[in-house]
Amino acid sequence: MSPVVFYTIISLSTVGIVAAVILYFVAQRFKVVEDPRIDQIEQALPGANCGGCGFPGCRAFAEACVKADDLSQLFCPVGGSDCMGVIAKILNLQVQAKEKLVAVVRCEGSYDKRPKTIRYDGAPTCAIMHQAVSSDTGCPNGCLSWGDCVVVCRFDAIHMNPVTGLPEVDEKKCTACGACVTACPKGIIELRKMGPKGCRIYVGCVNQDPGSVARKACQAACIGCGLCVKACPFDAISLEKNLAYIDQDKCKLCRKCVAVCPTGAIVEINFPPKKQPQTDATRHTTHGEGETTQPKRHTIQKKT
Amino acid sequence: MTLQNTKTFPQGGVHPANNKLTADQPIQDLPLPASVSVHLGQHIGKPAAPVIRVGDTVKVGQLIARADGFISAAVHAPVSGRIEKFIDVMDQTGYKKPAVVIRTDGDHWQEGIDLSPDLVTDIKADGETIIQKIADAGIIGMGGAGFPTHVKLRPPEGKTIEYLLINGVECEPFLTSDHRLMLEKGHELVVGIKILLKALRINKAMIGIEDNKKDAIELLRQHAAAERQIEIYPLKVWYPQGGERQLIKSLTQREIPPPPKGLPVDVGCAVFNVATTLAVYEAVQKNKPCMDRVVTITGAGLTNPGNFRVRVGTFVTQLIEAAGGLPDNAGKILSGGPMMGKALPQTDIPITKTMGGIVIFPANQACRKPSMECIRCAKCVSVCPLGLEPYLLMTLSEKGLWERAREERMLSCCECACCQYICPSNRPLLDYIRYGKSVLTQMLRAEKNHE
Amino acid sequence: MAKVIAALMPAFIVGAYVFGIRAIAVTAVAVVSAVGFEFLIQKFILKVPVSVTDGSAVITGILLAFNLPSAIPLWMVIIGSLVAIGIGKMAFGGLGKNPFNPALVGRIFLLISFPVSMTSWPKPLLHRLAWTDGITAATPLGIFKEAARAGQTFSDILPQMPTYWDLFMGKMGGCIGEISALALLLGGAYLLWQRVITWHIPVSMIGSIFILTGIAWMIHPGQYPDPVFQILTGGVMLGAIFMATDYVTSPMTGKGMLIFGAGIGLITVAIRLFGAYPEGVSFAILIMNAFVPLINRLCKPHRFGE
Repeated sequence: MSPVVFYTIISLSTVGIVAAVILYFVAQRFKVVEDPRIDQIEQALPGANCGGCGFPGCRAFAEACVKADDLSQLFCPVGGSDCMGVIAKILNLQVQAKEKLVAVVRCEGSYDKRPKTIRYDGAPTCAIMHQAVSSDTGCPNGCLSWGDCVVVCRFDAIHMNPVTGLPEVDEKKCTACGACVTACPKGIIELRKMGPKGCRIYVGCVNQDPGSVARKACQAACIGCGLCVKACPFDAISLEKNLAYIDQDKCKLCRKCVAVCPTGAIVEINFPPKKQPQTDATRHTTHGEGETTQPKRHTIQKKT
Repeated sequence: MTLQNTKTFPQGGVHPANNKLTADQPIQDLPLPASVSVHLGQHIGKPAAPVIRVGDTVKVGQLIARADGFISAAVHAPVSGRIEKFIDVMDQTGYKKPAVVIRTDGDHWQEGIDLSPDLVTDIKADGETIIQKIADAGIIGMGGAGFPTHVKLRPPEGKTIEYLLINGVECEPFLTSDHRLMLEKGHELVVGIKILLKALRINKAMIGIEDNKKDAIELLRQHAAAERQIEIYPLKVWYPQGGERQLIKSLTQREIPPPPKGLPVDVGCAVFNVATTLAVYEAVQKNKPCMDRVVTITGAGLTNPGNFRVRVGTFVTQLIEAAGGLPDNAGKILSGGPMMGKALPQTDIPITKTMGGIVIFPANQACRKPSMECIRCAKCVSVCPLGLEPYLLMTLSEKGLWERAREERMLSCCECACCQYICPSNRPLLDYIRYGKSVLTQMLRAEKNHE
Repeated sequence: MAKVIAALMPAFIVGAYVFGIRAIAVTAVAVVSAVGFEFLIQKFILKVPVSVTDGSAVITGILLAFNLPSAIPLWMVIIGSLVAIGIGKMAFGGLGKNPFNPALVGRIFLLISFPVSMTSWPKPLLHRLAWTDGITAATPLGIFKEAARAGQTFSDILPQMPTYWDLFMGKMGGCIGEISALALLLGGAYLLWQRVITWHIPVSMIGSIFILTGIAWMIHPGQYPDPVFQILTGGVMLGAIFMATDYVTSPMTGKGMLIFGAGIGLITVAIRLFGAYPEGVSFAILIMNAFVPLINRLCKPHRFGE
C-alpha cells in the first residue's frame, strides 16, 4: 500500500472516530427528555397539521393530551372518535365517543334564485368583497361565491359549483376541522352533526332581513314566517331576527319542517325519497341515483 | 402666479385629469325632500344616542341625538316634521346602519337660529364657548374624514398647536363643492378662520388652495388682505395635495409620525376643511347646527350637473334627478371622487355630513381592466406619498404574512389610491391593502386586549 | 413593451448594417423561437393562459440575439431561446417571477456550452450579404485580453484598435446589438424621455465602470485601457440601458438601483482587468440580479414621518 493511501485511511478514520465520539457526548449532554407517549400519540394522529383541534400542529396536540388530566376538552376532528379512543388507551384515560361532525353550507341562494343587483369587479376574494360591499345581490348575508372556503380546505372536501355559485361539501372527505367556517366572512358555514346514516336537516339561510326584503332578494330565503317553529313537534326550531334555526340536539329528523317551509329554505340531506302520490302542491326533485360522494339533496319546490 | 410660487410635497403623488366640469356652477338649493333618513353614526367615534321618540315633532336644527362619549358628535334634524321610525338604512359602505327617518312637514326652523344672509364679523364668544358651540352644533370633518371638530380643538395634555391649516385644496378630480364655497362664501370663511384661531389661541393660519382654482386664491387674498394672521398659499396641482399629511408637509415641511402615534397635533398643526370652517362660522355666529352641506353632482353624461346645498339625509336619488336624471349609459355611481370614492350599490342612500360629491361614470368607463402579474416596475413605489411599497403589501396581504406586513408599515397607508391608479398591470393593490389593514388592526386589538 | 422594442431598433439597424443578413436571421430566429417556446410551455406544460401577446418574449428574443455573434449557428440560437424562456423565465413562474435576466441566462448558457461559437466574431462590414464566410476577427476587448496574457500592455496594442469615433459609431467586432454606443444611447434617451426607465441604473453602472477603470488607468496609464475605451466596448452600453434596467430583475427604489448599478460596474471591471474572460457585463448583471432581494430589503423608500 502506498504511503499516501495509508496515511489517508488513518487520518480520515481518526477524524471520523473523533467526530463520532464528540457527537455522542454532545447528544447525551443536550438530550431533550420527552415523554415517549408524545411520540406514540403523534403516530396515532392523522398528521394533517390542520389546526382543527385548536393547537398548532399534531405534535402540539399530542403534548397537550399528555399534559391533560382528562380528554373531554381535547378532540381531533380529523381522526375522530376512533383516534381519540387510541389516544385514551395510550394515556390510560377515559374518553367519550363524539358524534362525527360535517361542514354545512347554510345558503341556498344560487345564481338562479338570487339575482345580481350590481356588478363587483374588485379583488376576487370573499374577504375583500365582504369588506368592500355587503353583497352584489339583494341579500347582505348570502354566499359571495369567490371560494375562500375552497382555498383554505386541506382535505379537498369543498368545491364551488359553477352552475349554482354555491360551495358543496364532500361529506366523505370533510373532517370538520373548521377551516372553512373561519374563512367564510359571512359565517355561512357551520359544523353540524353528520346524523344517523348521514341524515341531517338544517336551515339553508342566514339572512336576517325582514321577510319581504329577504324574499325579494332570494327565492330560497328564510322569511321568518315561523311555520316551521309551529310544525316542529319537538320544539327544536327557534326564530330570531327573522331567521329560523334548528337545534340539532333536539331535532329528531321527522322532516315536518321541510314539508311546511314555503320557500324551500330548510334543507334535508341523505334522506331516502318519501313515497307520496304526486299532487299539485308538492313536487319532489331528486338528483341522480348513481354512485356519488355528493349527498342526496331533497328540496320541496312549491308552485310560486 | 407662476409654478415657482406653488408649494408641494416632495415624495410620490400622481396627476389625474381634473375634469372640474361644475367649477362654474353656482350653489343651488336642492328642494326639500319628502323625508330624510339621518344616520346616527356619520362621524368617527361612537354613534350619537337619540333624544327623541317616534311620533315627536321636530324643527329644523333641533337636536335629535346627542354625542355619546368624548369622541362622538351630535345629530340635528335637517328638516321639520314628524319622527317616523328608527330603521337600519344602507349607507355608502353598502351596509345598513341605524338611522332616524323624519317625514318632512314645511320648513320650520328652531328658535334662535339666525337665517339672515348678513355677515356677522364680530366674534363675541370666548374660546371655551366657541368650542362648546361647535360641539353642540355636531360639526365633524366635512372633507370626508368625519372626525368631531371640537375634539380637534382640545389638544391633549402636553401637545400644543402652532398652526391652523385650512384645506381648500380639493385635489380629487370632478369635485367642486369646496371651490364654490370659497368663491361664494369667502367672507364667512375668513370669519370662520378667525373663530378657529380664537379657539386655538394662536394667530397663524394658512389656507392651502390648489393652483387650478386661481379665482378662489385671488378672491380669498382680497378678503383676507386686512387679516395679518391669515396667509393664502397656492399649491401645485398634484394628487393627494389635500390629504392632511401632504398638506402639512407642503405648508410647514413637517411630517406627521406614522400611526398609531401620528396625528397633526403631534407636529403642532390643526387641519380643517373649508366646508367645516364654514359650518363653524354658521354655528358660532348664526347658531345654526350642522345639518346640510354642499354636494357636487357631476359626470360626463348628466344634463344638469352642478353644486347643490343638500339637507343631510336626502337620498342620492333626488340629487341625481335634480341633475337631469340618471343617464341611460350610466355604469357607476361614486360617492366621492374617482380616486378615493366609494361605488354605491343603489341610489337610495342618504347624503351624510361627509359626502361632498357624487360622480356618475358611463358604462364603458365604469369597469376595471383585467389584472395581470406584477412586473415589478416599481411605479407604485415611486408614486406612494407615504414611502410604502404597495406591490409588497399586496403580496403580504394575499399570503397572510401579517408580521412582515406590520414591519412594512401597512397600517400607515392613507388609501389615496395613487398606487392602484398608476399600476400598468391593473392590480387591485388598494383592495388587498385595505383588507390587510383591517386584519392587522383586529390582530393588534386582540393582542392589546390580551395583555 | 412596444416602446422598448422601438428603442432597440437603432441598434438593430446598425447590427444589420455592420454584420449583414446573418444578423437579421439570428434576431428573427431568436424572437420566433422565444415566442414559440413560451407559447408551447404555457399551453402544454404549465397549462396556464397563454400570454405571448404581452411582448415580453419578443424582447427576450431580441436581447438574446443582440448578445450573440452573428455567425452563431442558428440551432444554437434556438437552444439559447429555449433556455432563456424555459429556464430563465417559465421555471420560476412566468412574467414577473424570475430573479435572473432571461436573455442573459440564455446567453451565459450558450457561452459555457459552446465557447468557440460564442467567441467567433465575424469581421465587421465584410461580406454582409453572404450567409457565412468563416472570416472572423477578435473584438477590441478580446485583443486586449490576449495581449495581457502575453504580457503586453494596452499601449502596445493601441495601434490595432479602432478609433474612438469608430467605437462610438459601431465600426467594430462584437455581438449583434452591442457595438454601437450611439444607437444604444439614442434608444436610451427615448426610453428616458418616455419614462420607461429612470437614470439611476445606466448612470451608476456606466459611471462606476468609468471611475473604476479610470482609477486603474491612472495608476498604470499604459497598461490598462482608458475609461472611454472601456465604456464604448463590449456590452456596457447594451447592458446598462437595456439589460440591467429590466423591471423584473432590478431593485425597486432609486437608492437600490444606484447600489445595483455600482455593483455591476465593480464586478465588470474586476472581470475585465483581473479575470479570465475579456468581458464581464453579463456575469456582473446576473450576479447582481441575485442580490436584488437583499437590496430591496436594505433600501426602503423614505417612510413618511420617520
